[in-house]
Amino acid sequence: MTKIMTLVQASSRDLYILVGVVFVLALLPLGVSPFLLSVGTSVLIFALAGVGWNVLSGFAGQFSFGHAAYFGLGSYTVAILLTKYSISPWIGLIAGGFVAAIFGLLVGWVSFRFGLKGAYFALATFAVAEMLRLTFNSIDYFGAGIGITIPLVDGDDWARIQFSDTRALHYWFALGLLAVSIVAVIAIKRSRIGSYMFAVREDEDAASALGIDPLRTKLIAISISGFITALAGGYFTLFFLFIDPDVVFGPLVSVAILLRPIVGGVGTIWGPVVGAAILSLLGELTRTLVREPPAFLSFLEGANGLDQVLFGFILIVMIIRAPDGVLGWFRRKREKGTE
Amino acid sequence: MTTILDVQGVSKSFGGLKAVFEVSIDLEDGEILGIIGPNGAGKTTLFNMISGAIPADSGSITFDTTRIEHMKPHDIAGLGLVRTFQVVKPFAGLTIHENVLVGAFLRRQDPNEADEQAHKMMELTGLTPYAERSAQDVTLAIRKRLELARALATDPKVLLLDEVLAGLTPTEGVEMIDVVRSIRDSGVSVLIIEHVMAAIMALSDRIAVIHHGELLAIGVPASIVKDPRVVEAYLGEEFQIAPD
Amino acid sequence: MQGRSRTFIWAVLAFVVIGVAFAIMQTSWWDSNDTVFIQAVVSGMLIGGVYGLVAMGLSLVFGVLDIINFAHGALMTIGIYASYLLFQNYGIDPYLSLLVTVPLLFVVGMGIQRFAINPVMTAPVHNQLLLTLGIAIMIENLLLVFFTGTPRSIELSYARGSFDLGFMTLDFPLRVFGAVVSMPKLIAFVMALVLALVLYILIQRTWLGAAIRASAQQPEGAELVGIDNRRIYIITFGIGAAAAGAAGGLVMPFLFVSPTAGATFTIIAFIVVVLGGMGSIPGAVVGGFIIGLTQELSQLFVSGSSKLLGVFVVFILVLLFRPQGLFGARQR
Repeated sequence: MTKIMTLVQASSRDLYILVGVVFVLALLPLGVSPFLLSVGTSVLIFALAGVGWNVLSGFAGQFSFGHAAYFGLGSYTVAILLTKYSISPWIGLIAGGFVAAIFGLLVGWVSFRFGLKGAYFALATFAVAEMLRLTFNSIDYFGAGIGITIPLVDGDDWARIQFSDTRALHYWFALGLLAVSIVAVIAIKRSRIGSYMFAVREDEDAASALGIDPLRTKLIAISISGFITALAGGYFTLFFLFIDPDVVFGPLVSVAILLRPIVGGVGTIWGPVVGAAILSLLGELTRTLVREPPAFLSFLEGANGLDQVLFGFILIVMIIRAPDGVLGWFRRKREKGTE
Repeated sequence: MTTILDVQGVSKSFGGLKAVFEVSIDLEDGEILGIIGPNGAGKTTLFNMISGAIPADSGSITFDTTRIEHMKPHDIAGLGLVRTFQVVKPFAGLTIHENVLVGAFLRRQDPNEADEQAHKMMELTGLTPYAERSAQDVTLAIRKRLELARALATDPKVLLLDEVLAGLTPTEGVEMIDVVRSIRDSGVSVLIIEHVMAAIMALSDRIAVIHHGELLAIGVPASIVKDPRVVEAYLGEEFQIAPD
Repeated sequence: MQGRSRTFIWAVLAFVVIGVAFAIMQTSWWDSNDTVFIQAVVSGMLIGGVYGLVAMGLSLVFGVLDIINFAHGALMTIGIYASYLLFQNYGIDPYLSLLVTVPLLFVVGMGIQRFAINPVMTAPVHNQLLLTLGIAIMIENLLLVFFTGTPRSIELSYARGSFDLGFMTLDFPLRVFGAVVSMPKLIAFVMALVLALVLYILIQRTWLGAAIRASAQQPEGAELVGIDNRRIYIITFGIGAAAAGAAGGLVMPFLFVSPTAGATFTIIAFIVVVLGGMGSIPGAVVGGFIIGLTQELSQLFVSGSSKLLGVFVVFILVLLFRPQGLFGARQR
């Protein structure tokens, strides 16, 4: 209890923000179309996956380009347990987290023991995710290339986390998962292991001179990271009701996961959430622009792919102009202002 | 007095070069032992072996009662033998406070206790005014003190200081000497490599002279300056007892 | 060090030779599999040559600029479309149009480096990676906007003809021990080796190459002797893009032309680069062959698995045991 109190005191600002953000986001279903709400749910799911990525790559500084591996393991664990063994996704989500965490330990142990860093670690994680995708594609038990469809049930079923009024409840559930994960990340940031992750990210030699075991720290980071991202993947199964290896293990999933925290601000608590919000707004904006352009841009109408061109362009400008993400950009503006 | 760190006949070669050869030194509990020698004499290599950064080819290193010559740096630091780096290695992306906090966590789980310890160490090293500054935006003198504060925050029994005075102005140097003294007075034994001779003569209880990777002499400063081997081989060239 | 790396290369070659010999013995017991096996080897070599070609430019950029260029495949796609459009609209032979596509991509590459990548040369890995990813997204979708996603292909009139070489007549598609060799693939293979040689000479034997190597190994030192690193980076990226353009032009005749046609090569090219050693042209060629053969043969021996699975296994092993690659000297 006292531990919780000290955490609340020490991280009060982040926690107040969390309460505020969750409150506002929770009201969203009341005034939004079902379509936008389902967009919102997937935004939350990928924000959650980004929160997980951020622990390994932002906090501990080990850039992963293959977090689809953990996302997919979470997805498949929930799907297999539910469809083959009728095990509730409540258990499935947690089990998926542990499967991913253990897999992360394995990948991390091998690659960190062999000293993989930077670009090489990134490429290795990519290869690992691709290997999982190809393996799952060829194993019948996992539905091979056909994938797994989650059968629908009538009415609300809390044991299966399936709801007739699907969107609002799904949205709130995803929001709950995200909020819990952010509380966990706030606690990590404030705790010893968080401090150690930052130290290892900044300078491994200096960290070990202060008694920190870099390997152990990175392994803890990769397992927590995998766990959270697997929660997102597991919930994706319940929301989307269909998965196949390309959908959950594909390279685009890895990119989608890392894009959000990078745009928002790597290594910050709120980066993944801010990034997810900005990217989805941006995505909707460019899509709308192409669908119903204003008069002077009428030539854009119906140009398939143009939204992606704009998206790519904004991404490029953002990385050049705001290299430490939107939050970093604001912080630097503020610091300039105060000096 | 008991021996807290006992180095017996350690050697290290890089390729054909004998960087350190059969060096034996002992550090008594509560003393400051200075190590001097010209550039390239093998002082930092010796430090790297004691702190576990590089393995010794032969010889034994005993800390308290534990043999540490085959242990990893973080395990050695965990035992209470902590080093600083000659080329400072601050955690550049963190604030001064967060840097010191990393060290404070070694013996404390609780964030509040660690925080308390970090503030104490910043106070001791005069870093409190800079607590919220980013470690990459401060002067070298501040970063040198940060190096020290971070190591101190781990509650070490023995500190290995690698040229903490180098690059400092005379005033900054005097402040740093005071800090090192107060560290010793708080019960920490100190092994210090230094180039600024006046400082180390005044600071050290005993001095070890290393030349061409070998231990030339070890003893109290007064006897070291009189030792003919030291004078002949080393002191004659560039050594000054008093500053200019 | 030198001796050890040579040992490793010999070990790998010996491994491949023994593997192939073993495979031949195996297959000779089932005569019906003979052709299948030879076809796999031939296809592996041919596609391996192309992989090497794609990887060369990437390797140069990776080795000199230390940038993971995820837009490499997209640059290749520009080459593919340029070549396709010149053929479709003006009837220009794809091999002749290399004279256009290669300079075009050189300029495009220089522009990208100058305006997009030079500003982030000191940024962390993830930002550089994302930037090139953004460039790839832009290029691919611009092509989508202008040319739609419909896959297209061309037919070269002479690809199925006979050629009299004086001492013998070649009938395309060629048959080598029962394996089919199409003319465009053979040309791409031969040209890949030629271009590798050109690039190798450029890097090893010219003043520009010396400057590039200096800039890669000792940026500060290069600066001291009057080399403008940023200009070298621009030129190097231009050369890398030009190589991608050449690869695009050469694969166009036997590929479905689509906005993502080149992207499929990006990852393979990265694997080849790491395998061969970053910055090494011979490494890219040998790495290309190894990956091409691995891809075709692993599918033969482990039935039901994807072509790429074996490739990724090889990749992970190289990353762990020889991260500097077969020909790489530089330690991470």
